[in-house]
Amino acid sequence: MAESGTRVALFVTCLVDLFRPTVGFAAVELLERSGCTVEVPRTQTCCGQPAYNSGDRSAAKAIALKVIETFAGYDFVVAPSGSCAGMIRLHFPEMFADDPANLRRAEELASRTWELSAFLVDVRGMREVAAQWPRVATYHDACSGLRELGVRDQPRRLLGSVAGLELRELPGAEICCGFGGTFCVKYPEISDKMVSDKADDIVATGAEAVLAGDLGCLLNIAGKLSRQGRSLETRHLAEVLAGMTDDTPPIGKPR
Amino acid sequence: MEAKSRDFSASARAGLANDNLQQALDIMTQRGFPSRRLEVVARLPEFEALREVGREIKDHTLAHLDFYLELYEHNVVASGGEVHWARTPEEACEIVLTVCRTAGARSVTKGKSMIAEEIGLNDFLEKSGITPVETDLGEYIIQLRHEPPSHLIAPAMHLVKEQVADAFRSAHRTLDPNRPLAEPQALCDEARAILRPQFLAADVGITGANFLIAETGSSIIVTNEGNGDLTQILPRVHIVLASLEKLVPTFEDAATLLRLLARSATGQEFSSYTTVSTGPRRPGDLDGPEAYHVILLDNGRAAMLGGEFHDMLRCIRCGACMNHCPVYAAVGGHAYGWVYPGPMGAVLTPSLIGIEEAAPLPNASTLCGRCESVCPVKIPLPKMLRHWREREFAKKLAPRIWRSGLSVWAWVALRPALYHMLTEVASRTLGWVGGRRGRFRNLPFAAGWTGVRDMPAPEGRSFHSLWAERSKAAGRR
Amino acid sequence: MTAARDAILAAIRRSLNRGPLDPATAAALRARVAAHRRNLIPMRAAALDHPARVNLFVAMAEAVQATVARLSSIDAVPEAVAAYLAAENLPAELVMAPDPGLDQIPWEMRPLLRIRRGRAEAADAVSLTPCFAAIAETGTLMLASGAATPTSLNFLPDTHIVLVPADRVVGTYEDGWDRLRDLAGECGEVGRQLLPRTVNFITGPSRTGDIEQRIVLGAHGPRRLHILVVEDGGA
Repeated sequence: MAESGTRVALFVTCLVDLFRPTVGFAAVELLERSGCTVEVPRTQTCCGQPAYNSGDRSAAKAIALKVIETFAGYDFVVAPSGSCAGMIRLHFPEMFADDPANLRRAEELASRTWELSAFLVDVRGMREVAAQWPRVATYHDACSGLRELGVRDQPRRLLGSVAGLELRELPGAEICCGFGGTFCVKYPEISDKMVSDKADDIVATGAEAVLAGDLGCLLNIAGKLSRQGRSLETRHLAEVLAGMTDDTPPIGKPR
Repeated sequence: MEAKSRDFSASARAGLANDNLQQALDIMTQRGFPSRRLEVVARLPEFEALREVGREIKDHTLAHLDFYLELYEHNVVASGGEVHWARTPEEACEIVLTVCRTAGARSVTKGKSMIAEEIGLNDFLEKSGITPVETDLGEYIIQLRHEPPSHLIAPAMHLVKEQVADAFRSAHRTLDPNRPLAEPQALCDEARAILRPQFLAADVGITGANFLIAETGSSIIVTNEGNGDLTQILPRVHIVLASLEKLVPTFEDAATLLRLLARSATGQEFSSYTTVSTGPRRPGDLDGPEAYHVILLDNGRAAMLGGEFHDMLRCIRCGACMNHCPVYAAVGGHAYGWVYPGPMGAVLTPSLIGIEEAAPLPNASTLCGRCESVCPVKIPLPKMLRHWREREFAKKLAPRIWRSGLSVWAWVALRPALYHMLTEVASRTLGWVGGRRGRFRNLPFAAGWTGVRDMPAPEGRSFHSLWAERSKAAGRR
Repeated sequence: MTAARDAILAAIRRSLNRGPLDPATAAALRARVAAHRRNLIPMRAAALDHPARVNLFVAMAEAVQATVARLSSIDAVPEAVAAYLAAENLPAELVMAPDPGLDQIPWEMRPLLRIRRGRAEAADAVSLTPCFAAIAETGTLMLASGAATPTSLNFLPDTHIVLVPADRVVGTYEDGWDRLRDLAGECGEVGRQLLPRTVNFITGPSRTGDIEQRIVLGAHGPRRLHILVVEDGGA
């Protein structure tokens, strides 16, 4: 374990915490390999997206202040999720736009917060990983990561270095999968159309596996592929990069 | 136009089940507007920089809208035209009727105008004994079918060609019923032949305006068919319907926005016909209208200025947002229930008809942001959709179960110890129940999810509890 | 009417949280309008020399289904017109803009060509007009209405032939509009310009994609746009 000046706090995210801790451990593994010390602040819970996107600004602010407090003092805050990192980077400052004291704190935290693959490539200068995973896979760009944070080349670069992995571009990779937090249960038929189209596009690439950097998208896509009876493997980007694909079955598959 | 936005969910479901609509939407997403836009943008290296300039021009104009409106009016009058101001749809309709009656109009042709839809002009005129003839092919088709437009630029894009052929066979009774109408060219040729006499007979021509130029008192229409031009040069009277925010200061400002408009709308470098009209015919002119009337409509725009939805006034009505919206691509334009569909419709409609009437629209979005990424004037659409959700939250417009659920979630999220305990319990329980199969087919409290897809099972322990164990074992924080 | 006008202007000012603009700001805005500065101009047509500009105009026009014939002199026009009409199987007759420049063309070289001068009528199948300018950046024709250039010629007939002297080819829309300003006689004060009633920017023939997004030509305006680029200037 490399002792290093760089202290990174892992922002676990609700979905990783509840559904797939392996992703969190994979993130820790990758961060340590890049030379950081990783800590997991105990008092973290949620970034507040559900409240924020539902229009409950005051709840979102209360949660944001808690996040700001919890993650004070670390060199960086890294999340294996574009939507949570985007929430902190873009929307925390937005929320406190007319509250100068808290705005400063929000901006300060925002400047230290990163999505995992962007952190590894753009901040730590990682160019390759030591993993191997002989598969033909395709990659879906989660909307927040892509459009709020510009995460696009970084995952592809790292995946390109995984031994045995053939990465095929997904036509319409940048089109939303239909998760959208509460959207998928408020408008299930529309969400179904969107995720069905996404599943069709994935299957059409001929890939055996689909990857992404956000667990919300992955649960949605895996759930649809499973309902369709497909054998495709769905995994989080971090699991593959950290070489932890043997540690846990693909999302939604039997143990 | 009567609003049915409240019925969005039901309309959306109907749209999803409509095979013709789904076929038409597939055409758009697979070989239509999005791919054409991509190609044409690739041919203009300055496109991204132009978006920023376009935004600046619009922001500048809006910040000084009163000045530019007064200058515009001065110049319209100086070139022999008349300007009328209308606060509401009713005022605007009355003005149109008065102008038509004064002109002794029996027949009226119309170019495409969303403002005309907004104020319900056709119905109003029909009740007053004047039947306006839609001349834009898409508008003509939907007029025959008695339905509203489903897209800003292509009003009939929800139809497949067989439906258009059926509408023509039903309406054009004098023609040979066995004539072939299988191809778009045949349909277009027929519409041309049917509408030509109407153009020639019209006493009054009504158009919209894509832009109004303050510097010269001119109106600009951007079309491909030429119907707008025939509408505004052949009749004795030309009426322009335009909302306040169509103003731009100079021709140079219009040129910049025009470079963005066709590329963003249809993927063309420039439309077939971009026409700048200034006043009535000049002395000595051999054609052109004798009278030129501009009706400036407020209908909520002034109220939007300086507020949370100010940026929406930059919209140049290109339709790029809906062309790239996965929700629009799933349900089509009619689901939105009023004049303006897609992302811009979801933001604008509540401003114009009230959030109570339009409540579902801002919620029917994943906030994916694709719309914002293609908007030529950089309107932050997701941000404004969120603003509407905040307004709805404050007015308690969401169903109680959602509001309670979210309150509970937020309450727990502020209590880490409780949160972690509940997460560990949930992950163990669901992990155990989901068991070896790794997924749930059916979760009673999540029927919205499991109705259409499986729910992957959690791994069985929460990350925090595992981390606490492993850290203790490894002696780390 | 004035009540609505006053109410709207007042509502705008209320929303913008101010009263009417102060004289200094208003003067600055008037100056901005009078200066009508160009915004960012794409390089595509802006920095070309004349021959390259003409080539670009031709290429862009052909890309949108206009047809182009390049002629070395105005004397070649009657033959070019007659040949075009024959090739398209159209009768040898047309309505022409009563523009003095077009009268300079030696029409007597093709005496079988029946030419009427004036505005377009319903029965006219072919028109011939001059142009005010030709915009290279998108292959766009700029036509201005006037006593000698009725707009109906651009829209009523099925086939529209346009004479483009090479020296009328400019790079950008702004270049074309500046020529119009020069002609209209701009005075220092805004609003004193005498613009034509109609300025058409025409890019290719009439078309629609309203049915299944399939582009078809000849919706309501001309389905054929034929451009004659004449190298030696001419009219």
